Amino acid sequence: MLDFFKFFSKEDNKSKDVAKERLKLVLIHDRANVSPKFLEMVKGDIIKVISNYMEIDESSFTIKLSRIEQGDDNYSSALVANIPIKRMKNIGKNNG
Amino acid sequence: MGEVVVITSGKGGVGKTTTTANIGTALALEEKKVVLLDADIGLRNLDVVMGLENRIVYDLVDVVEGTCRLKQALIRDKRFKGLFLLPAAQTRDKNAVTPAQMQKLCEDLREQFDFILIDSPAGIEQGFKNAIAGADRAVVVTAPEVSAVRDADRIIGLLASNELLNPQLIVNRLRMDMVKRGDMMNIEDTIDILGIDLLGVVPDDEKIIVSSNRGEPVVMESSSLAGQAYRNIAKRLMGEEVPLIDMENEDTFIGRLRKFFSGRNKKKE
Ligand SMILES: Nc1ncnc2c1ncn2[C@@H]1O[C@H](COP(=O)(O)OP(=O)(O)O)[C@@H](O)[C@H]1O
Ligand SMILES: [Mg+2]
Repeated sequence: MLDFFKFFSKEDNKSKDVAKERLKLVLIHDRANVSPKFLEMVKGDIIKVISNYMEIDESSFTIKLSRIEQGDDNYSSALVANIPIKRMKNIGKNNG
Repeated sequence: MGEVVVITSGKGGVGKTTTTANIGTALALEEKKVVLLDADIGLRNLDVVMGLENRIVYDLVDVVEGTCRLKQALIRDKRFKGLFLLPAAQTRDKNAVTPAQMQKLCEDLREQFDFILIDSPAGIEQGFKNAIAGADRAVVVTAPEVSAVRDADRIIGLLASNELLNPQLIVNRLRMDMVKRGDMMNIEDTIDILGIDLLGVVPDDEKIIVSSNRGEPVVMESSSLAGQAYRNIAKRLMGEEVPLIDMENEDTFIGRLRKFFSGRNKKKE
């Protein structure tokens, strides 16, 4: 009789846990995409930090949120940035 | 000076109108002076849920356009001392009112009432912008279900970008039987995802439909769990600390069956 209830409750794969995981993932994208300012702000800060080390081509800088398949129909979110480098700064010298 | 509270959700049908009607009635039962403002222009419902539909002469758009005075449009609920309804216009569209006009209206109502509860339309368009324009604080209603929670998250973001920074959450239509078997997100799950403070939890209760049929808010029913939940929410809105009601002992068929069998199993061991 106990097994009968286990069968219905599917302990190892509760639908509410599936819902929660799916929601968390979708909200990462919703939150980033809702505000066009969001990614622009991230981009601005990345440029600030990276410019300490290298000269980059800001006009071809792209940044977006992507889904990455991790096999087995499993997805995670990733922030993908493409930052063309013009020139490396010579940090060693400055710190010398 | 009264407080202007907007009740929003994003997704339609999750219980904004029911919530507005019941919190408002519960606040009036606590001797507060309350006005329910139906901002769902073109799709008004608060009047029928409250059972006041036959008493409408003027509406919100009439007030804003100066066709009548504010006082003439306010419908006094004779059952509850201090409770009033300002109905939405049914034959106009959302653009009949501007956010600036709503702000002015809220300022006027603030002088006369302790609480101004605004029932917001579904969606994120003009009607939503009107509904939140004059609000001091926002309450977000959701059901513990993926599409409602997703839309609630969107609304929380929009509220923040309109300087309504700390909205509070009402989880409506919770079914303990489903939560117990892991088929419905529980309170913690929902709060964890949305990341805002909880104002209250309302169980799924068929008495809500029965009371809407009659045009009598469910808070009038002392035996109803949903009515109790709304009375508690009203107290929390007033700043009182009230613990969540225990819905664990909800008497469901499957619950009783499960208790019976698990009890038998334990005895055998
Ligand atoms: N806690 C509840 N239990 C059962 N039915 C509910 C509950 N809350 C709302 N409902 C029903 O759900 C429907 C939609 O509610 P309503 O308040 O009109 O939603 P909204 O204003 O967000 O569109 C109505 O038929 C209402 O009676
Ligand atoms: Mg409604």
